[in-house]
Amino acid sequence: MTQASPTAPAWRGIAAEEAEEISGKLGTLLRRRSRRLLNDLLRPNRKLAVTVFLLIVVAQFAALVGPWLVGVGIDRIPQLETTHNAGPMALIIVAFAVAVIAQAWATRAYIAGIGRLGGRVVIELRRRLFAHFQVLPVAFHERYTSGRVISRQVSDIDSISDLFDEGLAALVSSLLSLVLVGGGMLLLDWQLALVVMAGFIPLTWLSAWFRRESAVAYRRTRETIAQVIVQFVETFGGIRAVQAFRREDRNEEIFDALNQANADANLRSQRLLAIFFPGVTLVGNLAIGAVLLYGGDRVIDHQMKIGVLVTFLLYLQRFFDPLIDLSQFYSSFQSAGAALEKISGVLDEAPSVPEPEHPRALPAVPGEGGGREVRFDQVRFGYRKTTVLPDLRLTIPAGQTLALVGATGAGKTTIARLLARLYDPLEGSVRLDDTDLRELSEKTLRHEVVLITQENFLFSGSIADNIELGKPGASREEVVAAATAIGAHGFISALPGGYDEDVGKAGGRLSAGQRQLISFARAFLAAPAVLVLDEATSLLDIPSERLVQEALTRILTGRTAVIIAHRLSTVAIADRVLVLERGQIIEDGTPAELLASEGEYSALHASWQESLA
Amino acid sequence: MQTPPPQTPAAALWRMREYMRPYYLTLALMITAAIVAVTAETMIPLITKSVIDGAIAHGSRRELLPLGLAATALGALQAGLNFYRRWSLAGAVNGMEKTIRGDLYHHLQQLDPGFHDSWQSGQLLSRATNDLSTIRRFAGFGTVFFITSTWTFLLIVALLIDMNWWLGLLTGCLFAPVGVLCLRFEKKYRVLSRQYQDQTGDLATYVEEAAAGIRVLKSLGRRDEAAARHLGLSRLVYRSQVGKARLRGTFWAGLDLAPNAAIGLLLLLGALAVSWHQLTLGGLVAFVTLTLLLIWPIEAMGFIIATGQEAATAAQRIYEIFDTAPAITDPDVPEDPQPSITAARARKAAGKKTQASTGSIAGRPATAPPASPAAATARTGHLRFDAVTFSYPQAPEPVLRGITLDLAPGETVALVGATGSGKSTLLQLVPRLADAASGLITLDGADIRDLPLPELRARVGCAFEDPTLFSASVRENVSFGVRDATEADVLAALQAAQAEFVADLPWGLDTRIGEQGMALSGGQRQRVALARAILARPEVLLLDDPLSALDVHTEAKVTAALADVMADSTALVVAHRPSTVLLADRVALLADGVIAAIGTHHELLATQARYRALMSADDLGGSDDDGRNAPGLAGART
Ligand SMILES: Nc1ncnc2c1ncn2[C@@H]1O[C@H](COP(=O)(O)OP(=O)(O)OP(=O)(O)O)[C@@H](O)[C@H]1O
Ligand SMILES: Nc1ncnc2c1ncn2[C@@H]1O[C@H](COP(=O)(O)OP(=O)(O)OP(=O)(O)O)[C@@H](O)[C@H]1O
Ligand SMILES: [Mg+2]
Ligand SMILES: [Mg+2]
Repeated sequence: MTQASPTAPAWRGIAAEEAEEISGKLGTLLRRRSRRLLNDLLRPNRKLAVTVFLLIVVAQFAALVGPWLVGVGIDRIPQLETTHNAGPMALIIVAFAVAVIAQAWATRAYIAGIGRLGGRVVIELRRRLFAHFQVLPVAFHERYTSGRVISRQVSDIDSISDLFDEGLAALVSSLLSLVLVGGGMLLLDWQLALVVMAGFIPLTWLSAWFRRESAVAYRRTRETIAQVIVQFVETFGGIRAVQAFRREDRNEEIFDALNQANADANLRSQRLLAIFFPGVTLVGNLAIGAVLLYGGDRVIDHQMKIGVLVTFLLYLQRFFDPLIDLSQFYSSFQSAGAALEKISGVLDEAPSVPEPEHPRALPAVPGEGGGREVRFDQVRFGYRKTTVLPDLRLTIPAGQTLALVGATGAGKTTIARLLARLYDPLEGSVRLDDTDLRELSEKTLRHEVVLITQENFLFSGSIADNIELGKPGASREEVVAAATAIGAHGFISALPGGYDEDVGKAGGRLSAGQRQLISFARAFLAAPAVLVLDEATSLLDIPSERLVQEALTRILTGRTAVIIAHRLSTVAIADRVLVLERGQIIEDGTPAELLASEGEYSALHASWQESLA
Repeated sequence: MQTPPPQTPAAALWRMREYMRPYYLTLALMITAAIVAVTAETMIPLITKSVIDGAIAHGSRRELLPLGLAATALGALQAGLNFYRRWSLAGAVNGMEKTIRGDLYHHLQQLDPGFHDSWQSGQLLSRATNDLSTIRRFAGFGTVFFITSTWTFLLIVALLIDMNWWLGLLTGCLFAPVGVLCLRFEKKYRVLSRQYQDQTGDLATYVEEAAAGIRVLKSLGRRDEAAARHLGLSRLVYRSQVGKARLRGTFWAGLDLAPNAAIGLLLLLGALAVSWHQLTLGGLVAFVTLTLLLIWPIEAMGFIIATGQEAATAAQRIYEIFDTAPAITDPDVPEDPQPSITAARARKAAGKKTQASTGSIAGRPATAPPASPAAATARTGHLRFDAVTFSYPQAPEPVLRGITLDLAPGETVALVGATGSGKSTLLQLVPRLADAASGLITLDGADIRDLPLPELRARVGCAFEDPTLFSASVRENVSFGVRDATEADVLAALQAAQAEFVADLPWGLDTRIGEQGMALSGGQRQRVALARAILARPEVLLLDDPLSALDVHTEAKVTAALADVMADSTALVVAHRPSTVLLADRVALLADGVIAAIGTHHELLATQARYRALMSADDLGGSDDDGRNAPGLAGART
């Protein structure tokens, strides 16, 4: 991976890895991979697919019988004039009626069927993609950015959905008409049929050209729309900052460029279609001319009946129209293919923080409070080129409350993340009751270790929903109890909707401190064996913080806890304090010990005391 | 924010034509080309008729050749015209889509944060992507198809009538039920497609949230629950999708039925007509062929109605946004009930130039953009709140009930209040991210609503409690809206915010800090945001709990550096800790929506019980009287 992608504009800055789009050379590999995915998605729906297929066949047959009966009927007309026997004619018309009704019925059924089939494939794809994004590690998301995550799931899936909506019926029915009409023509008059089929020579060439060009063009449209989405999402996610800092004009410049690139990419793909479709029409029309000339000639020579010529002309329409449909499908397919490429790329992305194949179970919790021992065993970790934690050795006995303090950027959050296995250490291991975290299943791990992050993010939905995230299925009483314990009940019950009040987008209808209380309530509800709190009270006022602390001392008895805080008030409830500097532990002891030792902690404490004055 | 008047989807779609205006000529040419093309196509069966009735009946090859060649030429003409139509159409519709999307983005940027709070982000996104491409598709083919298929239909029926008037009329009439079918279909489909589009928006919203909240979901281990919620939303989309398909199937079948029934009847009656010598055999063949040609325009009608319906609801959804007039506007922009966004953008672009030449960040106050002549004189950052009230929509009670506060030029005031008391709300009124419901906020004597927004926002700098950072370089994040910030400016701001750590980042100022600044530590993010706020050396500085994520040492350093910066700025600083309060000359206590007290830290500590409760650290230093009840505020801060 290069350090900066050539497409990233300078203002974006440089990142270690660009999750940039894959070069065109991998085209075939990508196609194979996306075809595999498509097959995979269709397989469970085989029955439905076959039913739909049969219905299309019925509809097509019925549609073909029609013109044939018309031809037969026309051939009968001279006879009718002489014999005046309307019987056979009536029979033909009845048969025609049957064919027409069958066609209508089958059409109706197959369109609905395809809707269902497409819907199922798409929902499965959505499900998989979403689940996979959830499994992929934080490091992946950092690189990929949420805008792209969204664009994969919104815009790319749409274009696959279009394939089913528009393309699939066209594919089957047009292929079928091609085969049937082609066969019918061959049976009726093979010489004339061969003349028609000569048209396939230019068509093959044309579609080869189209495939080549459109694969590139559609890929480009996928990439450019993703960039548009990224910019869109970022701007409106931070609209307050955008407006307060008058970023609008600059943003507009950036957006206009991205939007232009997207329009150019779309234009290119549509211009390809502008060549391709009329090209197909041209070949079809030339064939009609040829049939008229050659067929007429043969009728004049009495080598062929007029009825056959008529049927041929009727068929021709059903022969080349499907070709247009087929091209339409082909274009949807190419577009969906480009989307599928991107999606299968994500699905093939192996999580760098993988779940073990044979997860180990943890021993039953020995202590009464349910705490577990945590050990960092010669852990080395860094995000980019730099090492954040050079060699961390740390054992936190079960039930201990550990406070982690230190300058900003020292690596406190990093330790918390490793403990919650948002990242894996580069070297060494993090162990829970002597079991490597990498050997635990996701379920066990999340049951045992809960991290309340420095960034408290609320989901839109009610307050209760958001607290419940700590323990899905918790009863309302439990939710209220958790909120009460940390002193959030007061403001919640003052809201018009109480616990059912919608928190708004990203919790925007609550104040920052209120949001933090809600995230905190989650931890309280989850009550895991190991609780990690990263700056969980930094935005609270002092009385609220005090309440939270009281609540904490209660739930932490027996549990293992890591509390990260800059407010040394929080440290008061800790059994042990670690002072971290540049990823290294420089002091370790009980608060009282450290205070007495006149080291960094006591210096911190002194200036803190001073600041309280 | 004004809620737009409801508008029918069809009316909304019709309004979209303003975006087609630049392409009217192209469109006219295209439609002409399309009409000629279908006419050419329609001529081919007539040639067939001549071939059968003429050349073949006479057994004459000499007649056959020119007819065959004519058919070929017409075919080539049709293909050529189709090429032209598609080629120029592509340019037009892409141009249109781009313009609408650009306008949408522009308009959304103008709308106040209150609007954005009330709209789910996915709903906005799905309008800017899905809905727009639906409209593009319709604008491209819908209009052309509509005209050509109507034309084809009329042309063919006319030809049929010309061949045999009663048979022709009859055929025309047979298609009457199709009209009824279309109308019924349209009505049902409209409901379904709106529902489908709204559900897609909800799904997009959740997708977006799950992406943004991935860390929370992961650290709580809630991926199964998230997946279940996502699946639930996807199912709704699926159901509407299937419902749509079912409806389409019925409709399509009906569309197939009509022309075929016509052909069957024709065959019967045509046979009679031939036997009565009212029609030649070749005439009947041409008749049937032509009737077959009717299938296409009718199916196209179906397609147009379906996509037109989707496009119309999409247009409706888009105009819901366009019709929301920005609640917070520049004083010089008159409230235009039907603002043409393109025009507004053009106006803006013109304004941009003048502003760029005057607006500079270098030194204040000398080079601050002189705007209204009244304000051009003494400009010192005298900020006054006078009986300011504010309440959030849907909230039962106002948050601010009459804030009166006077910040002398250069003064620093700390704003102290319990969690949720309205401190951030008060701050956001100053750069007009929201407007006060009543009361007056003045800057150097001028009502802030009379100042042009860019000017006001240039004079006011703020740091929010969550450092809103963007996935861009440090430099870009710090200079942000200020285009002409030099490297020295950026470095000076970073220095003042004690963010020298930037030098240690792998690529220094050019390092990308990740989405939301996630590649930085919490304290680093906060300092970058602080640097952004002080970069322009604004007259008024609003800092919302600016030191919450900093350790004690760094806090002290930032405090010292900030004191320097704030010496010549008027500053309002939200504070939860005594350490932050120390930045200030005076402290204002916000409680119950009013400024309950104002004075120095020590004065308030001495006289205000509520203030003592908020600031006293008695039992926070590890002393043993933990159990002492915290004076009512936490519980009663409702
Ligand atoms: N996702 C990331 N990618 C790259 N670098 C990172 C990332 N997260 C943190 N860092 C860097 O790692 C170092 C340690 O960060 P960490 O978040 O652990 O600090 P911290 O001790 O929690 O600081 P704070 O008190 O400010 O929250 C910092 O220098 C930071 O820039
Ligand atoms: N967008 C909104 N819609 C409705 N109510 C809101 C909205 N934003 C805030 N509120 C409510 O208004 C009150 C004041 O919120 P504000 O964010 O101003 O508090 P604050 O004083 O800044 O608190 P904190 O110290 O926690 O940051 C809170 O009770 C909050 O629930
Ligand atoms: Mg941190
Ligand atoms: Mg606040």
